[in-house]
This record gives sequence, structure tokens and C-alpha cells, in this order.
Amino acid sequence: MPTTSEPVLELRNVQKFFGERQVLKDIELRVAPGETLVIIGVSGCGKSTLLRTIIGEEKPDSGHVFLDGEDACCAGPKDLDRIRRRFGILFQSGALYSSMTVGENVALPLREHSDLDEKIIKMVVKMKLEMVGLRDFEDLMPAQISDGMRKRVGLARAIALDPEILFYDEPTAGLDPIATGAIDQLVIDLRTKLGVTSIVVTHDMESAFRTADRIAMLYNGEFIAVGPPGDFQNPTDPRVRQFVKGLADGPIPLRLSKTDYLADLMGTTADAP
Amino acid sequence: MSATSPLRCLERIGSQGEGLLAYLGGLGYLALDTLKLTALGIFVRPRIKADETFFQMIRLGVRAIPIIVLVQTFVGMILAFQLSPVLDDYGQLDKVATVVSVAVFRELGPLITAVVLTGFAGAAIAAELGTMVVGEEIAALRTSAIHPIRFLVVPRVIACILMTVSLTIVADIVGTFGGGLVDRYVLMRDPTAYYHTVLDSLLVKDVLTGLIKSGIFGFIIVLVSCYEGLGATRSAGGVGRATTRSVVLSIFLIIAADCAFTAMFYFLW
Repeated sequence: MPTTSEPVLELRNVQKFFGERQVLKDIELRVAPGETLVIIGVSGCGKSTLLRTIIGEEKPDSGHVFLDGEDACCAGPKDLDRIRRRFGILFQSGALYSSMTVGENVALPLREHSDLDEKIIKMVVKMKLEMVGLRDFEDLMPAQISDGMRKRVGLARAIALDPEILFYDEPTAGLDPIATGAIDQLVIDLRTKLGVTSIVVTHDMESAFRTADRIAMLYNGEFIAVGPPGDFQNPTDPRVRQFVKGLADGPIPLRLSKTDYLADLMGTTADAP
Repeated sequence: MSATSPLRCLERIGSQGEGLLAYLGGLGYLALDTLKLTALGIFVRPRIKADETFFQMIRLGVRAIPIIVLVQTFVGMILAFQLSPVLDDYGQLDKVATVVSVAVFRELGPLITAVVLTGFAGAAIAAELGTMVVGEEIAALRTSAIHPIRFLVVPRVIACILMTVSLTIVADIVGTFGGGLVDRYVLMRDPTAYYHTVLDSLLVKDVLTGLIKSGIFGFIIVLVSCYEGLGATRSAGGVGRATTRSVVLSIFLIIAADCAFTAMFYFLW
């Protein structure tokens, strides 16, 4: 993997607060072209916030996000739109436009951002839908297909403009094992055939091992481990081991409440020791 | 406690006032963005989506025609019923046509149409855009470099203003007709006299001020509902709240604007 070349995505000292709570602590990250980086972590560790910050949906409170060397945080709306045209995003829910058919959903980025002929657009839509195995579903409405299919259509839409970078928010959550395998294969294919850079946020370890060039584990708003998948097979860090092996007991608490349980039940407010 | 309560009271009034100002400011920004993008859409690419605008006109306006026809007929009838005894006292029963038509064209046509459309179009827009926020559809649009205001708000604004004005024209005619029904069948008067009195009493000014106001009402309805819808919090309750707020606030702002513009026309025209 060419780690020496210019990174497509670079995060420098990114910090994000929600009120008093610091959700991202000094995040540093470099992603090389063509690399598949999988970000793992427990629910609520800041994964989604990190992704939303990278795609410009949230502004970091400090630090910078560089996409292809351009600072996405300080970019004006026009520049941001130009940068955004080069990446595709698969949202957790698929985020299909509910008032349009499956085909129109996939066609929308093409209609909006290209001067292609309607005939060509129809062809491209069929090709993208074929890639996710849903070519015959073009005329259905998003409400008429299953969650997993919506996600696959969302992926077809994300790759409609042949993006250089693809972001996946929990691409396999809620999918059956076969669909999961298909999505994983698609991530791998896009990387090997088209050289697409992928950033995948997930807590599905199996799919992480299958697709990742590099895994990064986020915990409490910081990366506690970054490395090739091999490093995560038998990790030494007890927190990473607990997550990868899926153990209920370990340094990562299941209970996130900070107040004392008994005191809370009895109505006497006292902070945890 | 008692020493601070007047101060608290003042503080609360202040913060409410500040909230209202901030809200109006937000609406103002949305209005500016919309006008800018509409102008851009007319003269340069990307063009305004004609088919989407047309679709919204059908969805927001055409379906409201039956209810508006019905309501305005009733309004015209009510006016005639209410005013005929008073006019009769003065021996001016032939002025029913004048009073009904002027009241309907200047005030009740635009106002009642706007209130009905607030329930029809405003609620529909707020709920639709709110649901799109919840489903991450707005985020998806933004991140695929499609401006939600250009893509969603502009067609709705054009459609809503056009439909409010067109429906007001329908409402004006139907309302006057409603008054005519009472004039003919209850007061037992000659319908051709009613018709001619209406034509004689209506001035261009009556019709125009009414239609200008209705255009403004349409803009208020669509602006408030888009603002509320796009600002909905990501929950099912958020969509409900946005819908309710958009209806209540639209009606309030419509009546406030009505008062302001009526006063303005009174003094200036």
C-alpha cells in the first residue's frame, strides 16, 4: 500500500464538543489513495460524529479536515460543493429520497451534476443497480423494498458519479449474512478495480477483517489502536481485545451512566466515587 | 423572591422577544437565499425545476380547490346574512352586493384562502421536509452537493405563491357568488341587479390589493413551513412539532402581515 504518497484524507487535531462533553479528542488521521480504512468502536464512541465531521455535516471546534489537500472546514459553499462532488456517502439508513423511485434516486446525482443525455443516464443507472444486484427494482419506491435493499440502492447512488472517495456509515448493520458478504465484496471490488479510497465506519468485526487495509479503533473520542487487520487478530491492548472478541467483561464498561446506581434509585443525588 | 420577580418578568419578556427576533431573522435569511436562488434559477443554470414546480402546484393547490370553494361560498353567505338586517334598517338592501364583494375581494378571499392553504400546503410541506430531515435525506442532498434550498424550497415557494394567488381569485368569485345566493333566494332580489352592483362597486384597487396580499400570504405560508420542516429535530415528535408550529405561526404571521399591509394600503393608496 502506497503510504508515502499524498493522503486523500487528512485530519489534523480535530476536536469536537457537544456542550461540555468532548466527543472527539485531537484526532489525527491520514488515509492514502486507494486505501480501505475501517473505523471500529463501540456505540457512542464518536464514530458517527467523526464521519459527519469529515463529510462536512459538522464543523470541528478546532483542527482541520483536508480532502485531497483542500481544507474542507474553511471552504466556502462553492468549494465545498466541488469537493463533495468527488465523494460518495452511504448513509446508515440508506437515506433514499422517499418521494422518488429507486431509479430516480440513483439518477439524481447524474441529472444534477452532469450534462449526460437521458438515455446515457438510464444506462448508467442500470449499471450501478446491477452492481448491487437490484437492476429489476428500478421502478419501485423506497418504501416498497426492504431495509437491506434500501442500503444497497444507497450504495448504487453513492457510486453513481464514480467518486474517488467513498464513506460508508455502518454499511452492513441490519443486513443478512449474504447481503453483508455482497456489500463487503463490493467494497473490495471498488478498491481493486477502480482504486476507490474507502472509509468504513462499522462495528461488524467480520466485515472489517474482510475489507480493511487498515483498521482504526476509536474509543472515547480518540484512536487507541491503528494498524493492519493482522494487529487486531490477537491484540495486546485489553480494550481492543474486548471489542474484537466481543467480551462483556473488560475495561470497556457496558454501563455508561456516571452516577451511583443505588443513590439514583433512592433519589439521593450523589456522584459516583 | 418577590424582589426579583418583576425583574424576572422583564427578563422573560426580553428573552421571548429575542427568540421572536431570532426566528424572524432565520426566516429572513431563508427568504433571501430563496430569492437569490430563484433569480439565479431563472437566468442561469442550474435552472428551476419546472416539472417539480408543476407537481408541487398540483399537490399543494389543486387539491384544495373543493374545500376553498365550499368555505368561500359559506363566507359569502354568512356576510349577506349578517349584513342584510343592518342594511335593511337604513333602507340600503341593494348594497348587499357592494358590501359582500368589497369585503370578499379586499379581505376575506385572500385571508380565508391563506388560512385554508396553511392547513393544506403548509402542514404538508413542514411534515414532508421534517420527515426528510429525520431520514437523513437532507444530509444526503447536501453531501451530494445538491443545495436543499434550490432543490426543495424554490419549487415549493413558486408553486405556493402561484397557487395562493390563483386560488384567491377563485375564492373571490365564489365568495361573491355565495352572497348572491342569499340575495336571490333569501332576500328574494333580482340576480342581475346583484351582478351589476358587484361590477359597479368593485375597483381595480380592491382586486389588486387583495391579490398582492394573497401573494404575500402564500410566501409566508411556504417560508414558515419550509423553515420549520428543515429545522425539525430528528425524531417523530420533531416532525409533529414542526407541523403544528408551522400552522400556528403561519396563521399568526398572515394576520399580522394582513394588518400591516391593510394599514399601508389605507394610508398610501
